Amino acid sequence: MASGTTTSLPVRGSFGQTMRADNWWVQPVLVALGLGVAVLYLNVAAFLGEYYAFGNYLSPLYSPEIFGDTPHALFGPKPSIWPEWLPWSPAFLILWAPAGFRLTCYYYRGAYYKAFLADPPNCSVGEPRQSYLGVWWKPTTWNEQSFPLIMQNLHRYFLYLALLFIALLSYDAWHALWFIDPATGEETLGLGVGTLVLTLNVILLGGYTLGCHSLRHLVGGGLDVLFDKPVRRTAHACVGCLNKRHMLFAWMSLYWVCFTDLYVRMLSMGIWTDWRIF
Amino acid sequence: MATATLEIWRGDATGGEFKEYTTELTEGMVVLDAIHQVQAEQAHDLAVRWNCKAGKCGSCSAEVNGQPKLMCMTRMGDLPTDRPITVEPMKAFPLVKDLVTDVSWNDEVKKRIKPFKPRPPDFEDGSWEMHQSDIDRVQEFRKCIECYLCQDVCHVLREHHMHDEFIGPRFLVYNAALEMHPLDTEDRREDLRKSQGIGLCNITKCCTTVCPEGITITDNAIIPLKERVVDQAYDPVRKLIQLVTGR
Repeated sequence: MASGTTTSLPVRGSFGQTMRADNWWVQPVLVALGLGVAVLYLNVAAFLGEYYAFGNYLSPLYSPEIFGDTPHALFGPKPSIWPEWLPWSPAFLILWAPAGFRLTCYYYRGAYYKAFLADPPNCSVGEPRQSYLGVWWKPTTWNEQSFPLIMQNLHRYFLYLALLFIALLSYDAWHALWFIDPATGEETLGLGVGTLVLTLNVILLGGYTLGCHSLRHLVGGGLDVLFDKPVRRTAHACVGCLNKRHMLFAWMSLYWVCFTDLYVRMLSMGIWTDWRIF
Repeated sequence: MATATLEIWRGDATGGEFKEYTTELTEGMVVLDAIHQVQAEQAHDLAVRWNCKAGKCGSCSAEVNGQPKLMCMTRMGDLPTDRPITVEPMKAFPLVKDLVTDVSWNDEVKKRIKPFKPRPPDFEDGSWEMHQSDIDRVQEFRKCIECYLCQDVCHVLREHHMHDEFIGPRFLVYNAALEMHPLDTEDRREDLRKSQGIGLCNITKCCTTVCPEGITITDNAIIPLKERVVDQAYDPVRKLIQLVTGR
């Protein structure tokens, strides 16, 4: 309140204090579980460093395979300069980019501030700390204009990388249409369940990436007048359309990436068999 | 005749408590009707602010069962009547009495925002040319009835009491309506970043959830403003391009 005000605001509520009669805790618990399970799976899959390719299929967690031991590797095996003491996985070279894109995503920010920092636990529900986003041993006011949360403003740079990944994963989906004929050794057009899994993966990731708030701003949202710019006006409308379903695509794409990796992994380990449609 | 039990906050800035009132329900009744019925029949000194009773004046904002709502737009039939319905004042503003809060801080904040500054007229008669497609975006923001439910639910104001540092969702929407207007030439990004605390919004979308006018506050107003602030202060590549091209 402005200085000199004589009236006082109501006393702050304690953690979880609310008059809400609904199960307000369900949403943050589900988000915490949903994100926690996905992050755990992605970390385990990245650290394993093997069973990530099967024939013409490549797990999206390892694409592009810059260095690696499969035929998909762009520049051959692990570089010799990689320190022996440092764990190695081809995924380490690339996963930071999509991880950064999701970590700085406007939707995920709101979701994990609620689910993991309880700031707030849910709307109209008391918080565990009086300080804003501070921790109990260091009450402070964090915001997205000071370190470390100022890094959230890098979102548009991660977007540029994410768009590049969409192109690369689209190539992987295309590549998943071409199977090596064991008899002739030649590539022939085919369609396996894995092809559909990889294709749906890039569609969902595309829906998520192309609905990004930063992209919406960059294609036209940053301008006040779009009337005389039909291409940007259309692009702004299209991104806005996907943006309305940003949360849906965020969750679907996150879990489909995990499933796509699992599918390729199970094929590679010989546990599942890829069914060829033709 | 069906009845409902209301637990209404009674008190002022020095203290208070919930008091229970049972009142008869009639078809189509809204919470404000029930409050008026209690006021007429049982608690003549109950303070409640209201005006249009049509969801357009934004006066009867309160918290019904812990959720910020317009009392005149909340039907009793939509609330569970197997337990008391709580009605209390907004939490982000100083309490005057019972359900009435002092929302004058909002008026002071509004005065701090740079006003509309149109470009010179396009025609000799002093008029401008605008196209509906460019106006659609800001027309959404002009639906705001200033009920301040978004301010009430915003945890930066409600829980952290950062009224000196943060202007709240309502005035970010107001900024957006001006900043994105096709005729406006003013630049409010520096103010948004420095004195109006846009970085304090952590995008929990509670404001969007409670808006009775259905304004997509976070996605259509706050995040686009955040992106404009990034253009101005946190995007070195854009700065470099501007330096080189002069645009």
